[in-house]
Amino acid sequence: MSSARMNHLLGLEGVSREQIQTILDLGREFKAVGQRRIKKVPTLRGITVVLMFIEPSTRTRISFEVAAKRLSAETLAFTASSSSLSKGETLLDTAQNLMAMRPDVIVLRHAYSGAPHFLAKNVHAAVVNAGDGQHEHPTQSLLDMFTMQEKKGSLDGLEVAIVGDIRHSRVALSNMFGLTTMGAKVRVAGPRTMLPPYLDRLGVRVFDRIEPAIEGADVVMMLRIQKERMGKDLFPSDREYARVFGLDETKLRLAKPDAVVMHPGPMNRGVEITPEVADGSRSVILEQVENGVAVRMAVLYLLSAHLVEGA
Amino acid sequence: MPGTRRVEKRILMDAAALDAALDRMTEALVPLVAGGRSCLVGIQTGGAHVARRLLARMAARGLPAPPLGVLDITLYRDDTFLGLAQPVVRHTDVPFELNGMDVILVDDVLYTGRTIRAALDALVDFGRPRLVRLAVLVDRGLREYPIQADVVGTRCETTAVENVQVEMTEMGNATDRVVIYERESR
Repeated sequence: MSSARMNHLLGLEGVSREQIQTILDLGREFKAVGQRRIKKVPTLRGITVVLMFIEPSTRTRISFEVAAKRLSAETLAFTASSSSLSKGETLLDTAQNLMAMRPDVIVLRHAYSGAPHFLAKNVHAAVVNAGDGQHEHPTQSLLDMFTMQEKKGSLDGLEVAIVGDIRHSRVALSNMFGLTTMGAKVRVAGPRTMLPPYLDRLGVRVFDRIEPAIEGADVVMMLRIQKERMGKDLFPSDREYARVFGLDETKLRLAKPDAVVMHPGPMNRGVEITPEVADGSRSVILEQVENGVAVRMAVLYLLSAHLVEGA
Repeated sequence: MPGTRRVEKRILMDAAALDAALDRMTEALVPLVAGGRSCLVGIQTGGAHVARRLLARMAARGLPAPPLGVLDITLYRDDTFLGLAQPVVRHTDVPFELNGMDVILVDDVLYTGRTIRAALDALVDFGRPRLVRLAVLVDRGLREYPIQADVVGTRCETTAVENVQVEMTEMGNATDRVVIYERESR
């Protein structure tokens, strides 16, 4: 049991199977709380959660905020535009000022990879990485795995295809760490310009076409194409991307008949995914959003319980 | 807990005594559930097992069985952050409308009363019962809250260093019994 303890959640690299399973199991009970008439439990009364979003994000911030509130924690939202960071203050100065408010948990979204690790070393609070640059986004992967487990029963041996801009996606990296730890078989696919060189060390199969990657897959996860990268050196146009790498009903027929389609959002309809697939019967995209609140409740609960326990 | 271990001190009830206690409880519950608008809610995990035993006995007597809910009170405890082991949250399932119901809350052991306080908080998040009664297999005394049981299988005197454990076959034990353990410093 003690090995399931966590001080921070900075990424899924190195997080054990037992720890991930603990979070997913707790997520099930917290999902049930969200489906009651009174969607709130008193568990984290007196706990302060700071939501520090130094990079724009609406859905992840709101998901964490709902998760904290359903646990009766106090939340303090702090966004880039409203903060002194835009006036030139360093992350450490901002964090130290925040510490004066004695937060128990800091949820950080930051454009720089490693920012949550830096924060964790310098503050006396549990730090949750809500997405750092092109590095990790662990709670997104946890909600993805929760959704897969709910739909497919077990992650062990599950064939999961991740398609899109693998190189710049923190969702992809966290999922590669998490899914391989849980025994899933991961395939990734994308244009060669969007495939990083280190993939062979992560225990995943790599394809530069979508078709072989999704053939026989149980789960097809489409990544968002960041339009700002279009028309530069990575990819000529979104129309060509849609034709070659976009998921439509024809390509989806290559996956298992009961395969589910996932997307971390926000979607570019008509680019990486057609509206027919996004709104189709195999899409679990909106369930992912609901499950996000549940796994974030589990993470906040585990981190807070440990924190006050003090050890 | 480092430096301490638990030794079996005495057996409070063997299988026959536990059986007789459940019979007495069933007897006492019959008039309480007669109205028809009643239900049993067992507290995870021991209370849920006791509640299922009670329902089986009512069914054996040909009585209509009230619906069963199970409640995990971990998220409502007042000591979640006071040095508990890894907090495990078990399943909560109250698959019926609680508003206006006569609720019989069932637990295995009644001790400080804190679990029941938490259970009452959890219960009212599901609805507004007409009334709530409490049925326990063992009342071991040493209350810290003003909470008493309406139906009791057996009462015993204990001390704070003792631990009263209800062991039943459906929890994976070889036989039904209630054991008093004592913490021993090494």
